[in-house]
Amino acid sequence: MMDFIVIPILALLAATAVTVARIRNLWAAVMFTGIYSFLSASWMLILDAPDVAFTEAAVGAGITTILMLATLSLTPRRQRKSGRLSSEDFEERPSKSPLVPLLIVTITGCALVYGTFDMPHFGDPNAPIQVYPNPSFVEKSQPDMHGLPNVVTAVLASYRGYDTLGETAVIFTAGIAVLLILRKNTDDQSSSESQSVTGENA
Amino acid sequence: MTEILGLYNYWIVIFLMMTGFYIVIARENLIKTIIGLNIFQTSVFLLYITMGKVTHGTAPILKASHGGESHGVEGHGADHGHELHVAAEGHVDLGVDAVKEVYSNPIPSVLMLTAIVVGIATTALALALVVRIREEYGTIEEDEILEMDRNS
Repeated sequence: MMDFIVIPILALLAATAVTVARIRNLWAAVMFTGIYSFLSASWMLILDAPDVAFTEAAVGAGITTILMLATLSLTPRRQRKSGRLSSEDFEERPSKSPLVPLLIVTITGCALVYGTFDMPHFGDPNAPIQVYPNPSFVEKSQPDMHGLPNVVTAVLASYRGYDTLGETAVIFTAGIAVLLILRKNTDDQSSSESQSVTGENA
Repeated sequence: MTEILGLYNYWIVIFLMMTGFYIVIARENLIKTIIGLNIFQTSVFLLYITMGKVTHGTAPILKASHGGESHGVEGHGADHGHELHVAAEGHVDLGVDAVKEVYSNPIPSVLMLTAIVVGIATTALALALVVRIREEYGTIEEDEILEMDRNS
């Protein structure tokens, strides 16, 4: 019964990824990336990871798409005097011969598939990842956390609390870096031309 | 047959991963490259999440009604398939209480939650760099930028 849901989702995932690779209009590519994120979030939900699915749907499909659309609006290919841009201004140029990249990708993919022959099967309860640590966090977390039901939250916020603290430091650093990169430095001698570029886009 | 079908999830993930890799190395538009990195990243999330799945398992959210004390209520509400499963592998992720429930592994979920948030940080930084490159060079095509660098 589950296969009727899983197989279309996986087929759509593959089709979306190939479409992103082939399409040249960047707006459409960004939109397809959002669809790809939503589809992968759906598969994660089926794979018993609701927390990751929520985060992927919110961050991967939401915030990433917004950031990419904002970037696209700042980077058209050419400027128009009228200030009105058409969809051709957001198309990438046709790429050169794709044979060498295809070859590299195929070889890498074959090597990875060869590597999976040693992997435990899908859903195998005796896989090493399910056996260690023993006792597992599922058994430990409820007495440790005084009955908190969600094990993912318990591990994320308590057992791996320092890691989550470091993660917030990463976000803070990235925010500062983005602000520094995008800051308009007016005392620069090349500021006049960069100002004119940004001025027309604003 | 099951030998082959047991690995299908890895192969799908590898296909998605290689599509992202192809976008990164074949396309010369900087935004397209970042999109490719994003697709690659999401497929890595999927790879980890598929590893944590246990057959007949459920999401690692424990039933709150059974506290740590309710060891007495053995096997109630669990069908025979689950019970057999648990009897065979006594050490898989079971609930704390003896109610026979199989949970999928929470650890890949935790790792990938961290990775998603770090991923959005790197994506935002990369997109800011693209905006800055566009301000300086007037284009976001890699070969045009390289040509300008060579000529200057």
